Amino acid sequence: MKLNQQKGLLAYADEISRQPGEAIEFKVSSSTPGAFELNIVQIQCGDDGPGGPGLKQTPVNASANGSYPARFQKTQVGSFIRIPSSEAFSPSALTLQALIYPTAPELGEQVIASHWCPAKKQGYALLIQDLRLTFEVTGSDGISHTLASDRPLVAGRWYLVAVSIDPDEGEVTLHQLIKEKGLELEQQNSIVSSHLGVSLSKLDAQFLIAGCAALDEDNDPLISQIYNGKIDSVQLHDAALDLPSIEASVLSPQQRTLVAAWDFSQKIEGDEVIDVSGNNHHGRTHNLPTRAVKGWRHDGTEMNWTHRPEHYGAIHFHDDDLYDSQWQTDVFWEVPEDLSSGVYAAHLQQDSEEFYVPFYVRPPRGKPTARLCLLVPTASYYAYVNNHMNVDWGSLIEQSSTCFATLTMADLYLQNQALFGLSMYDDHSDGSGVCYASRLRPMLRMGPHEELWQYNADSHITDWLAEKGFSFDVVTDDDLHAEGVSLIEGYDCVMTCTHPEYYSLPMMNALLSYQHQGGRFIYMGGNGFYWRVAYSPKFPGAIEMRRAEDGMRSWIAEPGEYHMSFSGELSGLWSRSGITPHELSGVGFSAQGFNFSRPYRRTAASLDPRCAWMFDGIAEDEAIGDFGLVFGGAAGSEIDSADVRKGTPSHALVVATADDFGADFHWVVEDYHHAHSAVNGEICPHVRCDMVFYETPNGGAVFSTGSIAFAGSLSHNHYTNNVSRLLENVVNRFLDSEPIE
Amino acid sequence: MKKIDPSRTDLAHEFKAKPYGPHSPDLQKVLSVMRWRETPGKHVLVEIPALSQWVLGRLPASRGEPVELYDQTVFDRHEDGLWHLFKIRWEEHTGQRLESK
Repeated sequence: MKLNQQKGLLAYADEISRQPGEAIEFKVSSSTPGAFELNIVQIQCGDDGPGGPGLKQTPVNASANGSYPARFQKTQVGSFIRIPSSEAFSPSALTLQALIYPTAPELGEQVIASHWCPAKKQGYALLIQDLRLTFEVTGSDGISHTLASDRPLVAGRWYLVAVSIDPDEGEVTLHQLIKEKGLELEQQNSIVSSHLGVSLSKLDAQFLIAGCAALDEDNDPLISQIYNGKIDSVQLHDAALDLPSIEASVLSPQQRTLVAAWDFSQKIEGDEVIDVSGNNHHGRTHNLPTRAVKGWRHDGTEMNWTHRPEHYGAIHFHDDDLYDSQWQTDVFWEVPEDLSSGVYAAHLQQDSEEFYVPFYVRPPRGKPTARLCLLVPTASYYAYVNNHMNVDWGSLIEQSSTCFATLTMADLYLQNQALFGLSMYDDHSDGSGVCYASRLRPMLRMGPHEELWQYNADSHITDWLAEKGFSFDVVTDDDLHAEGVSLIEGYDCVMTCTHPEYYSLPMMNALLSYQHQGGRFIYMGGNGFYWRVAYSPKFPGAIEMRRAEDGMRSWIAEPGEYHMSFSGELSGLWSRSGITPHELSGVGFSAQGFNFSRPYRRTAASLDPRCAWMFDGIAEDEAIGDFGLVFGGAAGSEIDSADVRKGTPSHALVVATADDFGADFHWVVEDYHHAHSAVNGEICPHVRCDMVFYETPNGGAVFSTGSIAFAGSLSHNHYTNNVSRLLENVVNRFLDSEPIE
Repeated sequence: MKKIDPSRTDLAHEFKAKPYGPHSPDLQKVLSVMRWRETPGKHVLVEIPALSQWVLGRLPASRGEPVELYDQTVFDRHEDGLWHLFKIRWEEHTGQRLESK
């Protein structure tokens, strides 16, 4: 048995939600010559695991279906800044200076700034090589020169670095000055000079920050030697400045000699990089390096970059950043006018390899085609796709899952292929957390056959709706963020999926408005509405989040970097940000555990005539959901509980509760104030799953399961079971136009 | 930190019988200690859906390096693979090999 640890057939789409008449483009890469088959399918259920409903996909008679030539498409990974070509970047006398904060100088050669023509093999680069600040230059004579600092750089310190070339003296000087306050630090300063006799040739080449132009083995251009860490206040002068002038220019750019001075504290919210020299050498970031990070000027007086952007004049680059794979389109398809709203995918097949590209067909804007709407949590999908948790989380994955690590094939691919990028659950190679996620790249873990988490777990809901004969429209988080309540106000009932964890402010407000207008809302999941995210019109297809302050965090945001670059909003938990999950659904995240789910038990409140209808056909003492595909029960995985103090409406009824979760379930960290050991499901009363119902203004209502595992119980016994019955009662009542009062 | 007592083979038997739990308090402590294992060189299972099998693997030191796969150590049941991992961790901690039976 020889397992291939590389995924050869990969694809993504330019859009994820389309309405009839709109186009979608599929971008495909294959490592195998020949042809691939593409077929559009509608997905009812993707769970073909043991005991699951099975893969249920229906071919769509689409004009795009067919065979296409396979080709390999390359991916530029790693972030950098590109400034368009100019001969001004190669003056005869030169000073290149910057503030740098290297975060992983041990990870090989990393270029801070460069002006290099790979075809001519001429130009210069200021870089880190063998832990040392190094300047490499090749002039018109083709002779290469190298000058290196005599002291290694230390990770996590600000340095002023500069190189100057004095052509008259033929001297090159390299400066490395630590900018931190401390006792031992001046010994790390270094100034070295050498008579290299360099003569810079005039190059019409781009100027790059955090990378260097290169050619790959096929002579195709790429950016190599991506830098890891922060860079601030990059300046280029057409004179050989001495150290006092260099230091003075940091504080006040020396206009007389400036070729360019890039001020990263401007336009933080986008990809523009502004040259303040007056010479208009503006540039753009590529692959979403992290902005709104503390610069060398940050002194602790301000934690919000929008209040004092000059303290946030740095950009944090990573050699594994990826925003947009930028592949060429292989298949173009216009969604037919008569295609019904639903969950779809492009299914690709080449030899034994297959790949799914999920997308959603929503109804035409303002024209619902059903009374029930399923809200697909695409923002949460983006946060999780391509995560490296099973490998990179180390002991945490086993401690939190309470099981020895079991990898999937996706884990092997992600481990071996950088082209997938990372997820919001991962660290960059320098150890900093990943705060952006994008769908403009192949997405693993999002399709049929995958583990029962997010996409595939959510297919239990579409499967149940289809099997029960409910007609429903499908819309996505992306649609909700863009259009607000107008997207959903035409529906009698809106239903979430199993884990709508990542929410933007417009999404939260849309759901609140919907509820205030009398809409009926079914929250089908657990740990919902937890992290505050931002979308950006400047980066379509991406979201941002900072794991600020508290919460069940896979990484911890740097203090002072809690505000998102996309919007300036404070990120972190919604419960610390003005709108609690309890206000939206009556419940909020209370505990998690990943081995045994539990059944609910009805409470005395379930006998209240206000809600007794939902238990029609279910005995008062019945265990509800002591079966299921997600750890054997309906209440489990990540679970929520009600709390009036946190925003659960005071008239809400906790109609059923699950408890006795065992020692492997744990109370969420944000809710306890001092460390102690009484936090597991055997002994902690907060480890509890509450099912909640309450009425909302204008005849509306909310029903919340508070459990990720709930949907995994729906198909049990051929959809004839008390979880299915309960939900069917709720959906039928919520679609009944009779006001709920 | 708690040392795993090599004489407590009763806990190994308990794990083998119920690898997913629930586990006794003493076995929970043993498993918690075992799960602190650092990533480089850690033995794991890799699921092969096409064959409904699990193969023993070993994690590399860093991202980008392939997972070492032991093609001759394959399990038809996930539970059997977990028991194999338990035996490896037991030996790492105690220096003593558990009898296969």
